[in-house]
Amino acid sequence: MAAQMVEIRWHARGGQGAKTAATFVAQAVLAKGKYGQGFPEYGPERRGAPVRGYTRISSTPIRRHCGIENPNIVVVLDSSLLDSTAAGVTAGTDERTVFLINTSLAPDEIRAKINVPGAKIYTVDATKIALDNFGKPIPNMPMTGALLAAEPFMDLGEFLDAMKVKFSTKFSQAVVEGNLRAVEKAYNEVVSA
Amino acid sequence: MSKVLQQELVALSGNEAVAYAFKQARPHVASAFPITPQTEMMHKFAEFVANGESTAEMILVESEHSAMSAAVGAAAAGARTITATSSAGFALMWEVVYIAASLRLPIQMALVNRALSGNINIHCDHSDSMGGRDAGWIHHFCENAQEAYDTGLINFRISEHMDVRLPAMVNYDGFIISHKEDALYLLNDDAAFDFVGPYKHKYTLLDPARPLTVGPLDLTDYYFEHKWSQLETYPRVFDVARDVFDEFADLTGRRYGFWEEYKLDDADLVMVVLGSSAGTAKDVIDEYRDKGVKVGLLKLRMFRPFPAEQLQPVLAGRKAIAVLDRSASFGGWGGPVFTEIRSAAYGLPGAAPIHNWIYGLGGRDFELGHAAEVIEALQKIAAGGEQPIHNLLGCRA
Amino acid sequence: MSLKKAQDLAEAGVITEAGNAESFKTGDWRTFVPQFYPANCIQCLFCWIYCPDASIKVDLSGDKPQVVGIDLDHCKGCGICANECPPAAKGKAALVMVREEK
Repeated sequence: MAAQMVEIRWHARGGQGAKTAATFVAQAVLAKGKYGQGFPEYGPERRGAPVRGYTRISSTPIRRHCGIENPNIVVVLDSSLLDSTAAGVTAGTDERTVFLINTSLAPDEIRAKINVPGAKIYTVDATKIALDNFGKPIPNMPMTGALLAAEPFMDLGEFLDAMKVKFSTKFSQAVVEGNLRAVEKAYNEVVSA
Repeated sequence: MSKVLQQELVALSGNEAVAYAFKQARPHVASAFPITPQTEMMHKFAEFVANGESTAEMILVESEHSAMSAAVGAAAAGARTITATSSAGFALMWEVVYIAASLRLPIQMALVNRALSGNINIHCDHSDSMGGRDAGWIHHFCENAQEAYDTGLINFRISEHMDVRLPAMVNYDGFIISHKEDALYLLNDDAAFDFVGPYKHKYTLLDPARPLTVGPLDLTDYYFEHKWSQLETYPRVFDVARDVFDEFADLTGRRYGFWEEYKLDDADLVMVVLGSSAGTAKDVIDEYRDKGVKVGLLKLRMFRPFPAEQLQPVLAGRKAIAVLDRSASFGGWGGPVFTEIRSAAYGLPGAAPIHNWIYGLGGRDFELGHAAEVIEALQKIAAGGEQPIHNLLGCRA
Repeated sequence: MSLKKAQDLAEAGVITEAGNAESFKTGDWRTFVPQFYPANCIQCLFCWIYCPDASIKVDLSGDKPQVVGIDLDHCKGCGICANECPPAAKGKAALVMVREEK
């Protein structure tokens, strides 16, 4: 059962939307008949403080409720967290872990900072994509697009449809459409090494 | 068996799931005061009221003492009544929590489990619920959002049954369940209401043809006799609950009991837990089963009334039993679940050693490794090794 | 008075019989008892207003309510009626407390 489950750990700073991204991915996979679980690590959330989010995706019901110690995928919404020991980005990871980093640097340029030999690294400049497409440096949704490219848990089209349904009641059409464009762009622009 | 209903798979937080259950039961009155991590549940419920999906009268009060007082008044008037709280809010309700049970008012409460102060902490443990365990309510603990939703509905039926008439709480772990986006099946509104049924009151304050006094002074001459009638009620809860569980299983395909057994049939080693930790423990039990260790899980769902006699055959014939408590009983001889389980097992022939682990206080994560630590200790105990009766799990001490 | 058994009581201790205080006789709590002198009574009804129980008997059949006596089954002898009674003439109150000895 555990083998069929993907465990994703999100590292971000308060205000970058890690909770929204972690829980949205868990909701979106329902459209594929998969089970999802999404939750942040609740604490004294302040804008800028290091925060974590967790997402589990599985073809069978998910039973465990603990935090994710040994993630299959680590998503980092802010590359400055790689310099923070408190953030613990690499805790519990090894060469099987996939890293997905929001950075303007290429995977090989950031490998030294991550320093997990053999791990696969994806990078995408989600902050730039966010600024270009909806004018705010909130990289969470573009990073979900990049995640979808790294771990194709559903089709991009289905994912975008789910996003439209989820966010149209809460945000203006311009914001939603900007995010949809940003997700697609990050999906296409993410590179790996 | 009748045909199981088609149900929709949705993603909701535990709080949202329970708000749906409460809405679908069409309560007449909801009274509550906000407190983390419960607040989101009543937010969602208030949204249903605001957009016309619920016709409940929302009473926004100035404290939890008032929330429960308003609930008692509404229920005594003959209304299906809901409320919700957590931690310190439940502590502030305490006086009226007893009154609700004594007056036999089937109020429904979501108790989103959170540690009591001090120091102040917003995260999960069961100290709130356990502090009120002798107040006379029905206490159900839930593993996940699905169970919280289902129990939310089931509790109406047990609690409002004419042979029971006791208030009931659905306990689910603060943040771990309340705020986690989880996949679950929902009944449609009509099917849920058909299951719960319309509210029937046993007495009402609002019938001029049958005037009534509720909660009068009751001294040395009659108080004890009135407590007798309350005490007599709890054994009946089991029969009623069994029927309701059966009916719910026929409707939804999901079967509940006073407890859930996981790989317990041939288990020499048994872990007893409540709430969300059960799910995490199951994954670890699978790993140990793969290694040939005969370990199983007893997930207690109904803690009040406590199914002691019913549990005895399950506790008998084991080699070692670990009881995990997510609350401490300060100055007591182990956590509340431990003392109950040990009492239930007293006198069983060949009773296994029963040890206690206090864990997860103030939201300390119950990790896979913690469950493994307990299973390792159980193996040691079964092999005749030394292990203290009282243990802490996941505490740097 | 014989007390009922638990099995014979209403659930939750609710009282379903309205006005059942009447059947609970409290007239044996007294040391002093009000003595009513109708000739001195000006029918001000102060005693009826102030009685903390409902022990002042009033006849409502005529044009005006008339104090007619004391309900000694329920009067606890507190003396408030006698204290409030305004004497029509000095020393001629309609209600006077006297020692009750049987």
